[in-house]
Amino acid sequence: MVPTTDLLPLAIAVPLLGAVVLVVVGRWLPRPAIDALVTVWAVLEVGCLAWLWLRTGDGHSVSWLGGWSPVRGESVGIVLVGDRIGVGLALLTGALVLAVVVYSWRYFDEPPEAHAGTFPALILLFEAGMVGFALTGDLFDAFVFFELMGAVAYALTGYRIEDPRPVQGALVFGVVNSLGAYCSLLGIGLVYARTGELGLAQIGVQLARHRPDVLLSAAFVLIVTGLLVKAAVVPLHFWLPDAHSVAPTPVCMLLSGVMVELGVYGTARVYWVVFSGPHGITHAHLRAVFVAAGVLTALVGAVMCWQQRHLKRLLAFSTVGHVGLFLAGTALLTPAATAGTALYVAAHAGVKAALFATTGVLLDRYGSVDEHGLYRRGRDLPFVGALFAVGGLGLAGLPPFGTALGKAVAEHAGEDEFPWLPAVFVLVSALTGGAVLRAATRIFAGAGPRPRDQYAGTETTGGGEEPEIRDPQRRVPVPMLVVPAVLLAAALAVGLLPGLGAALAHAARQFTDRTAYTTAAIHGHTVAPSTPVPDVGWSAEGVLLALASTVLAVLLAMAAVWGPALRSPAVGRATAVCDGVGRRVIVPLRRLHSGHLGDYVAWLAVGMAVLLVVMAV
Amino acid sequence: MTMLPFLAAGWIFLAGVYGMVTSRDIIHAVGCLAVTQSSTYVLLLTVGYRRGGIAPYFTDTPLRTRTVDPVVQALALTDVVVGATVTALLLALAIQIRKRHGTVDPDALTGLKG
Repeated sequence: MVPTTDLLPLAIAVPLLGAVVLVVVGRWLPRPAIDALVTVWAVLEVGCLAWLWLRTGDGHSVSWLGGWSPVRGESVGIVLVGDRIGVGLALLTGALVLAVVVYSWRYFDEPPEAHAGTFPALILLFEAGMVGFALTGDLFDAFVFFELMGAVAYALTGYRIEDPRPVQGALVFGVVNSLGAYCSLLGIGLVYARTGELGLAQIGVQLARHRPDVLLSAAFVLIVTGLLVKAAVVPLHFWLPDAHSVAPTPVCMLLSGVMVELGVYGTARVYWVVFSGPHGITHAHLRAVFVAAGVLTALVGAVMCWQQRHLKRLLAFSTVGHVGLFLAGTALLTPAATAGTALYVAAHAGVKAALFATTGVLLDRYGSVDEHGLYRRGRDLPFVGALFAVGGLGLAGLPPFGTALGKAVAEHAGEDEFPWLPAVFVLVSALTGGAVLRAATRIFAGAGPRPRDQYAGTETTGGGEEPEIRDPQRRVPVPMLVVPAVLLAAALAVGLLPGLGAALAHAARQFTDRTAYTTAAIHGHTVAPSTPVPDVGWSAEGVLLALASTVLAVLLAMAAVWGPALRSPAVGRATAVCDGVGRRVIVPLRRLHSGHLGDYVAWLAVGMAVLLVVMAV
Repeated sequence: MTMLPFLAAGWIFLAGVYGMVTSRDIIHAVGCLAVTQSSTYVLLLTVGYRRGGIAPYFTDTPLRTRTVDPVVQALALTDVVVGATVTALLLALAIQIRKRHGTVDPDALTGLKG
């Protein structure tokens, strides 16, 4: 029997070891053997994390590495702390990695000749970084795992090094994210200078003894800048569409499904444990700033998503939109909103990964991910079309998908303080879901007139992409169809299994209780949180709002597909108004996404400066 | 404790960021990223500095000897390793960009827009 204290480091060690084994034996083994090996390894990791989830229960699992346990509340050791939000995210990562591994069985039929083990090894290394980031209780370790997952993600994004666009996207991704990480490290240095501690809980305890001053605000802003870059919060989001639209499809599933969400998780964790104590940053201040940032991100992501014709870029911008909602949800700082966001993240991961997976089938068949170029060409793939459309409905929040439940709970938690927040949630999910439905209708049903090019500027079309596999004439491999179907079913299960919602409600209560975390991490005691367990069931209001966003998404998609074919003065006037708004607002917004490295770095500096000003006043 | 080293760290960071924003060459931009990273070394070593402290080795000195903080040195070393990995990876990508796009000027890379 493995004790819980050993399960925590084991969860990080298993994928690391797997990566090493794959690199070593990958030279000699044939492709099917490598696929079997990596699948076994991914299953092992899921099992390990599921066991940890069960063992953790409604408390915390704490492990001081190397047995450096604290003596009278002081320790020089490094700690791993898992509560069900952290372990749950790690488990989500593990499950998604398993899906990606199975999806890739037949996906990369041309690995580098000598090194068939490279891609699965990188995937496992990526998993180790993400799981470590979710489970660490130490600020500097968080930076190291952050950089580990970052560096592997840059390599995976630029995996197809013979293709011009991936290498460009990977470079921008690498430079912007590394710069963000160095900002975090500067902040960690400042915090260490003030407290002499690196553990999250210990820093929190020490900071509570100091008066708040500019150093505290500066350290907070520097630390979260790196995390917000990862979370793609406007204006630090520019790298995301460039990276996600060019990365290999299996990698996109992981990037959009969990990596970006880990940035939001890190921000919330750092705030709750380190900065939310007495003399820290007040709840009201943080709520005002981060809800605003989340809403801005959500709106920019949704508007840009609607404009895209490159399918992967469209999905990437929808990730930006949804991450904005996640940030706004966690920034409400209530257990209910946190539980709702956790459900939303879990269901969104399934839906978004399924959408990327089906887009991968299109890329596989036609060597294109251009909505206009693929018009009517998907009619011989009805099952893929159905999956894509169901994914669009899931993204829009059709009940009983988990996305609808999570969204409803978060909306309900926020509407007292911000009565307009549900409207933002509805609009953003309708625009992103509607964009997917629009593409599905045009590509798979061939409905409406041929789409025409409306945007005058340069845009990323998605035509002429290199197919990621060799033989487009073969049948679509079975794993490439089964995996998205299973992922969608899982997203449905998140909304339907009442046990999961209840578990996450308890987990959110623990997550938002600083004392419970600190006591468990430093002293090893369990303290029951003082707040009541939030209610996360379906409500009539939630179902109505979710139906509203779904109907709005369908209407938007129909208007986009069939609108141009209608001939009436009213339609003409509406089109003229839309074009006017487009020229004044949307074209400038699209021009900002210039693909230029220097611009993105400048935006990062601007974003950080604005955050510093609003957090210091 | 003087403010000067902290200001120097901030200056180095900003110099690197300025370099990246105005860069006309990807390799130069990756170099500027390394410059911003050096600001973290300066900051970390400043934080751990103690006047009159020696290197934290206790093999031939009494345990009560005043030393600088070994923790930040460990952090800086880890940081160096991370930086070396990332810089090497980014330079490899820069080589591929030169091969595939025929240029290393960020202004000429127009594949991803809007």
